[in-house]
Amino acid sequence: MNINSPLAYAIVASLLQVVVIALGGPLLLGLMAKVRARAEERVGAPIHQPLRDLRKLFTKESLRARHSSAVLAIAPLVILGSTTLAVVISPLVTTHPLLRSSSDLFVIVYLLLTGSIAVALAGLDAGTAFGGMGSSRAITIGALAEPALLVAVIALSIQAHTSNLPAIVAATIAHPVWAATPLRLLALAALVIVVIAETGRLPVDNPHSHLELTMIHEAMILEYAGSDLALVTLGAAMRLGVLCALLVNLFVPWGVATGSSLLGLLVAVLFLALKTSVLAVAVALIEVHSAKLRLFRVPELLAGGFVLAVLAVVTGLVTR
Amino acid sequence: MSTSRFRRGSIARSLFSKARTESAAAKPDVVAGTRLRGSLQLRHVDVGSCNGCEVEIASAFAPTYDASRFGARLVASPRHADGLLVTGIVTRNMAGPLERTLDALPQPSVVVACGDCAVNGGIFRDAYGVEGTLDSMVNVDVRIPGCPPHPDAITQGLRSLTDR
Amino acid sequence: MTLFLAGLGTCALAVVAALVISLERRTIIVALLGSLGCGLAFVAATRVLMSGRVETFHTSMVLPLMGVNFALDPLGALFVAMTSFVGVATLLYVVGYAKDELRSRSALSLLLLFLLSLLAVPAASSVATLMLFWELMALSSMLLIMVEQRRHAESRVAAQWYGAMTQFGAASILLGLLLLSLKSGQTFHDIRSHAAALSPTVRSFAFMLTLIGFASKAGAVPFHVWLPKAHPEAPSPVSALMSSVMVAMGVYGIVRVGNDLLGGGSLWWWIVVVALGVASALFGSLHAVTSVDLKRLLAYSTIDILGLVLMGVGCAGALAATGDQGTARLALVGALLLVVSHAAFKGCLFLGAGAIERATGTRNLDQLGGLIRRIPITTALFVVGVMSIVAVPAFSGFSSEWLLLQGLLHGFVDHSTPTLMVLLVGVVALALTGGLTAVAFVKVVGIGFLGQPRTPGAASAHEVSPLMHVAMGLLCLPCVVLGVAPGLVIPSLTRAAQTGLSRSVARPIKTGIGLSLGHLQGTIEPMLLLAGFFAVIALIVAAKSLLRRPARKVEAWRGGGDSLTPRMQYTATSYAEPLQRVFADVLRPQVDVEVTHAVESRYYEQSLSYESRVDDAVERLAYQPVIHAMTRAGIAARRVQNGSVHRYLAFGFIALIIVVVVLA
Repeated sequence: MNINSPLAYAIVASLLQVVVIALGGPLLLGLMAKVRARAEERVGAPIHQPLRDLRKLFTKESLRARHSSAVLAIAPLVILGSTTLAVVISPLVTTHPLLRSSSDLFVIVYLLLTGSIAVALAGLDAGTAFGGMGSSRAITIGALAEPALLVAVIALSIQAHTSNLPAIVAATIAHPVWAATPLRLLALAALVIVVIAETGRLPVDNPHSHLELTMIHEAMILEYAGSDLALVTLGAAMRLGVLCALLVNLFVPWGVATGSSLLGLLVAVLFLALKTSVLAVAVALIEVHSAKLRLFRVPELLAGGFVLAVLAVVTGLVTR
Repeated sequence: MSTSRFRRGSIARSLFSKARTESAAAKPDVVAGTRLRGSLQLRHVDVGSCNGCEVEIASAFAPTYDASRFGARLVASPRHADGLLVTGIVTRNMAGPLERTLDALPQPSVVVACGDCAVNGGIFRDAYGVEGTLDSMVNVDVRIPGCPPHPDAITQGLRSLTDR
Repeated sequence: MTLFLAGLGTCALAVVAALVISLERRTIIVALLGSLGCGLAFVAATRVLMSGRVETFHTSMVLPLMGVNFALDPLGALFVAMTSFVGVATLLYVVGYAKDELRSRSALSLLLLFLLSLLAVPAASSVATLMLFWELMALSSMLLIMVEQRRHAESRVAAQWYGAMTQFGAASILLGLLLLSLKSGQTFHDIRSHAAALSPTVRSFAFMLTLIGFASKAGAVPFHVWLPKAHPEAPSPVSALMSSVMVAMGVYGIVRVGNDLLGGGSLWWWIVVVALGVASALFGSLHAVTSVDLKRLLAYSTIDILGLVLMGVGCAGALAATGDQGTARLALVGALLLVVSHAAFKGCLFLGAGAIERATGTRNLDQLGGLIRRIPITTALFVVGVMSIVAVPAFSGFSSEWLLLQGLLHGFVDHSTPTLMVLLVGVVALALTGGLTAVAFVKVVGIGFLGQPRTPGAASAHEVSPLMHVAMGLLCLPCVVLGVAPGLVIPSLTRAAQTGLSRSVARPIKTGIGLSLGHLQGTIEPMLLLAGFFAVIALIVAAKSLLRRPARKVEAWRGGGDSLTPRMQYTATSYAEPLQRVFADVLRPQVDVEVTHAVESRYYEQSLSYESRVDDAVERLAYQPVIHAMTRAGIAARRVQNGSVHRYLAFGFIALIIVVVVLA
């Protein structure tokens, strides 16, 4: 069944993307937890456990620290809002999402940065030492992951002669041979490192740590409870979802709907689920095999990612 | 070379083999008034325990007994928690921190008393540093007796809250 | 041209008024006259920008031999418009600032003289006119830095550094321009027509000399050392003018001499410009991250952003030198948009820093905190500036960086390796500084405004005069407008960037509200993005209100311990400490540990003092040795001055003989 009006199609596709990522982000988290559990020879929580946790959190009350300000209340909205906007305009199930003309790689990167800044400010807002520590570490890692992310993104833009995301995806579908070029492989390696850093997975950060001195993301959200915490957790899960989905769609875009049929959209959702699950399992296996890095070794890892990204750009220039 | 008794397996083998978790017992009745529906996060507070219960709790979340398959999890901050998992008898120095931790919980919340000391004072009931039993300070929702309680008992106690 | 001259004349009238009028009405009348002058100049400049015509004026009255030449072309008009806008905001702010030192005759007249010279520099079209107003600008700002010197001894030192370096720069500029005007006349028109006839060596020398002077004014590393000293010490309205507009004059000079007068130049010139820009961007952002003094942080951040601008100008010049005029103009438009938005947000931030200093009495971030609940309006206006500098989408910083990035990106086509390397370095610098700037400003907002107040001064902060808020709000307006609808100013910027580049290239940037790059695939529509963001937020808030559970106020969770004191919070120093460690090789922090052992035994310590300092490494490693050497040489040379008249007469006699011998 075709949808004739491009605007209606874009709206349907973007809404579908939001639903898929809102549900799929937590599911990916659950999948990664399940992989870890099986590697430890445990049964582990079911894959939809994060969704159960979110459902329960929405029924609890929110608490606000006495010395905090509006920032603590607004930050969950900002991180969820900016991540949702990034999902709306990204080409995840289709190459014609809403606001396609503004779907620029730099817009997505800076939208995600806006979310990080909001949570970092919220960490400082309550006036506690834990929040300040988490905020300081998280923003340091974000600042060092940013160059690797931007340069890897620029490498992809150079190859496709545009930084418009749907155009890059469409161009990669049209030129399958690009997927195996050294530029792509180097950029992929750099972006995997960046995704691990930005979403706070091992070896950069341990999301299940109980020791405040080892926390990074968790320490920033230590003050949140109830529906505030639900929004922040959902925002973080959607961030993981959108980063994984963008990663797979930029490098392995086959399956993304290019036409205007509903069936194409549903098939694209299935392909996206499959591809992101593979990536999530791969990241979970990296997590299982690695120990958490000392905080001052993380910049070395990110510098390595940066060097890979620069190499990707240089390769792109040389093999013109 | 060492003659270690530990089997050095590979992660690939673990991923595709059967888990070594014991199969679950029958589901206990859910505690009246709780609707956690499969998601329970607890903040563990040791108010004056000998750490025997802590070892058993660690065992309960370990591969053999695996309480996390029923939706239970230990979290770092009381703000993120649905309730407290208290071990030990309330000592004088920990009475204040316990009260502040309870205040930091979002409502509705539960309190789980784990081990004889938390349930009724246990063997340290008349010690000099003791402030009182847990019952005298808070409303306890779930009691897990034993000194220390078996990990199965702990898991069943948690299941009575998660209803899974 | 009449309007512009009328504007300059009104400013001159304001200078006189500042000297003549008595204290009660002085500030208001001077501000009104000054704003009127700026307004007239603004209208004149926008007329030139919209139409693209060049207006000229010549008089032999002010300067006897050379005469004064003005020519308002789109490039100069852009800077005049920028200056006048920031000038109006600053004058509004001065009225509300109401500090005694700044209301005196000398301070106000110098301020208006400074503003007058800032308006005149971009319009100057001869070497004499440019140098006259350049020196006027330098002198008046140097004296303005010393306005509070009775209370702060550091401002004297700052003014010394500033005076010395700006004179050095001015001498360099004068030499360079003189080299260019040797064969032709001294007006820009003559220089432009005869530039092609000069030998490449002369042109290169001239460009490098003027580059040193203009780059020093723009705060390029390693000529930046005056900036972190001078900008914090000046009173806040003066700092705002200096940091937003005066540094832009350095960029103006480079574009004027390189693109316009010399017609583009060779590739290696622009490689040097890019190198300066990249070094400034990285150095400035790192020092902004580790600064604890709010105004010093803003000064280093100026060095950072102007470094990016210089990088953009350099890349544009490099692309033009290799023949790609279209992309060169795109990069230059991006750089100019960044200059304009920087003027707006940096002005707003410096005025905000002044408001904070008025409200709390300190500008040390480690002593602030909790201001968001005590001075919410100032906080809100400050945060708009911060969001712009951090490049949040739909603010002007993002739109300008996006445009600059697109210009660099589209230069990656079949060019020679040096050009590609230049573009690559530029892109990497942009990527590196983005994250660091975010850290610096999250630190400012988080430590300075959020949490609990760390000192009684911060706890007793009270809102400042509403006029200061209006001034800050006036500067926040371009931050938002240029971010949401950048397409409105692109035609004017394109005309300004056209100076010096070939006119026959088709326009790659379409007009409209958003930015669209025509045949190059690249668009953003920030207005729609902003609308989308608000729509999403509205939906989330609506969904949340369905839950109907209001939030409860509780004590912060501190691990079960006792009360939370403000001293337990993170400070600005600790916030930046991880990055300081990572970049220790560039920052070279100095750590002093002093241990006093107990009398009984060396194994026991009675007291321990720890001091960690991050000072400017360039100053310590490059400038201080030179200053020490010169001081030693000066002391050695004093042996010649023994006071004996006979010896001095003998020196004169010997010198005369040498001159006669040489001339013969």
